[in-house]
Amino acid sequence: MTAKQTITVGGCKIGLMRAGAGEPMLYLHGAAGAPLWTPFMAKMAERFDLLVPEHPGFGGSDTPDWLDSVGDLAYFYLDFIKDFGLEKLHLVGTSLGGWTALELAIRSTHAVKTLTVSCPVGLRVPDLSVGDIFMWTPEQRVRNLVHDQRLADQMLAVQPTEAQADVLLKNHYALARLAWQPRFFNPDLEKWLHRIDVPTHITWGRDDKLVPVAYAQAFAKLIPSARVTIIPDCGHLPHMEKTDAFARIVTAFCQERRP
Amino acid sequence: MKFYFFHLMPYADLDLSFTEKYETTWVKLPNSYYDREKGHALYNRFLDELEYADTLGFDGIGVNEHHQTAYGMMPSPIVIASALSRRTKNAKLLILGSAIPLRANPLWLAEEHAMIDTITGGRLISGFVRGIGAEYHATGVNPIHSHDRFHEAHDLIIRAWTEPGPFRFAGKHYHFDYVNVWPRPYQQPHPPIWIPSQGSQETIEWASHPSRKYTYLQTFSPQAAVARFLKMYRDQAEKYGYEASGDQLGWAVPVYVAETDEIAKREARVHIERFRNKFSKMPFEMLLPPGYLTMGSMKRVAAAKANLSMDMTLEMVDEQGMFICGSPATVRERLAAAQKEIGFNHLLPLLQFGTLPHELTLKNTKMFAEQVMPHLRPLGETKAKAAAE
Repeated sequence: MTAKQTITVGGCKIGLMRAGAGEPMLYLHGAAGAPLWTPFMAKMAERFDLLVPEHPGFGGSDTPDWLDSVGDLAYFYLDFIKDFGLEKLHLVGTSLGGWTALELAIRSTHAVKTLTVSCPVGLRVPDLSVGDIFMWTPEQRVRNLVHDQRLADQMLAVQPTEAQADVLLKNHYALARLAWQPRFFNPDLEKWLHRIDVPTHITWGRDDKLVPVAYAQAFAKLIPSARVTIIPDCGHLPHMEKTDAFARIVTAFCQERRP
Repeated sequence: MKFYFFHLMPYADLDLSFTEKYETTWVKLPNSYYDREKGHALYNRFLDELEYADTLGFDGIGVNEHHQTAYGMMPSPIVIASALSRRTKNAKLLILGSAIPLRANPLWLAEEHAMIDTITGGRLISGFVRGIGAEYHATGVNPIHSHDRFHEAHDLIIRAWTEPGPFRFAGKHYHFDYVNVWPRPYQQPHPPIWIPSQGSQETIEWASHPSRKYTYLQTFSPQAAVARFLKMYRDQAEKYGYEASGDQLGWAVPVYVAETDEIAKREARVHIERFRNKFSKMPFEMLLPPGYLTMGSMKRVAAAKANLSMDMTLEMVDEQGMFICGSPATVRERLAAAQKEIGFNHLLPLLQFGTLPHELTLKNTKMFAEQVMPHLRPLGETKAKAAAE
């Protein structure tokens, strides 16, 4: 278990977990936040110097006045990368974090060596509808985000403490702040995805009920170097539902020898 | 006391078997349930009812704004108030209210309200609301910004009505190089502003502020909650260093009057129960999207969530004072007692609710106007008079 520290970037206090050694990897979490050190993070820390910040607006982090959009988050992480002096970074983002990673990469890839996104939002294809997480009940959220309903049962059996419930509420507010309108996308993102000039891996749970798997190809069409990997029997959270398989996919892509 | 006939204009011909497939009349109920011929008849029927109230001596007639729902067919209260503006002669027109943060351009609203105020020679009462949670799903406006946009739109509208234009306005949500509305309001400095609310401390602190002293209306709540929130307003005014008058306080509540208590219950039962259990209901996530309330308020409301979806009988809503029903004597007594306890000067009876048909609505309205209103009218005013002497 890695302890969370509080750091300050540009006057904004955020939580950060950091462990492992090797090339740096920046992991950008999804809508559920990063309250805990997870098995996926432990696996990444076996090979990489893993940094897991808690986004502004989420968990124990500040909610700064400037936080209006995922683009704001992207600029914040460019400042973060600069402050930490990170170079040749493996940038990994899941869901909302995947969107954030893409927004960062269209702005600058100067510190990025590879980019891996899992079930990102951020793009809107008119014929591919995205689930309305804000209409779902808390139980529907869990059931729709994972494919294996036995796993959903286990997750639902755990009653959050009051402190954990407060964090869940805060994270839900932060998600609305960033993604309510336009709903889970930025109309400008697709104009600039061609700027991403580092090896990019788009991974998706085949049974994602929030963002349909067809979005993987929609992203791949717009990013010149993109490769797509679909994970079977898996919902919106591959890092959680298929931890080992997803960890292997991410590690292999990051460590691939490239000319 | 003053009396305002308030209408929601529900789609009263709704096929009520919708509940087999849908859990709410709001946002997600397909508009294929709407029939244009029935809609045509209902709009005209409801306008007749509002105009009828004017002829019976109500001090005002009120309309409101809701979007994408069979609960109320007034996405634009402006349209209804406009239709009423030339057909009525005496009653104030209450827009209760316009959901100002839902507007992309609140200046349009400032213009529309000013037009109605001018056409009627100053009969407009402007209500401002945030819109209920469902409206943020229906319009896409981010509920996180609901409070901010409300305050910013309010400031913009008041400035547009009171400051000579053109001037510039640069807010976070609204920016204009030219604020210069034509017409300016007929009433000076601007129409009275009323704030309908389901009860919120933040709203009360804001509405009661000495720079505003806006009339606060508690809508469709148990009588105990009405008493609590209106007292909160008085207490807040005291903290600000002034005494709130009854003219700053109002209560909107469904009312049904008939010849006897028994007849009243028999005639109203199915309609008030449908109003509560069919038309009003919506899931928690729709009613309270993230940001609509502060996180602290959201936690408190979530804890009490169970009551939200519970079916209620006429007896239950009657006992809680969410509905006032009975013979003229019963209704007089209950309202007089409530007025004495709570001290509001404005009463907004909802005399058509749910599926209550036209004939019963007219009968209810007439009995209220003739057998309840005159008796209660002196209440509240005596107090104001005594205070003036």
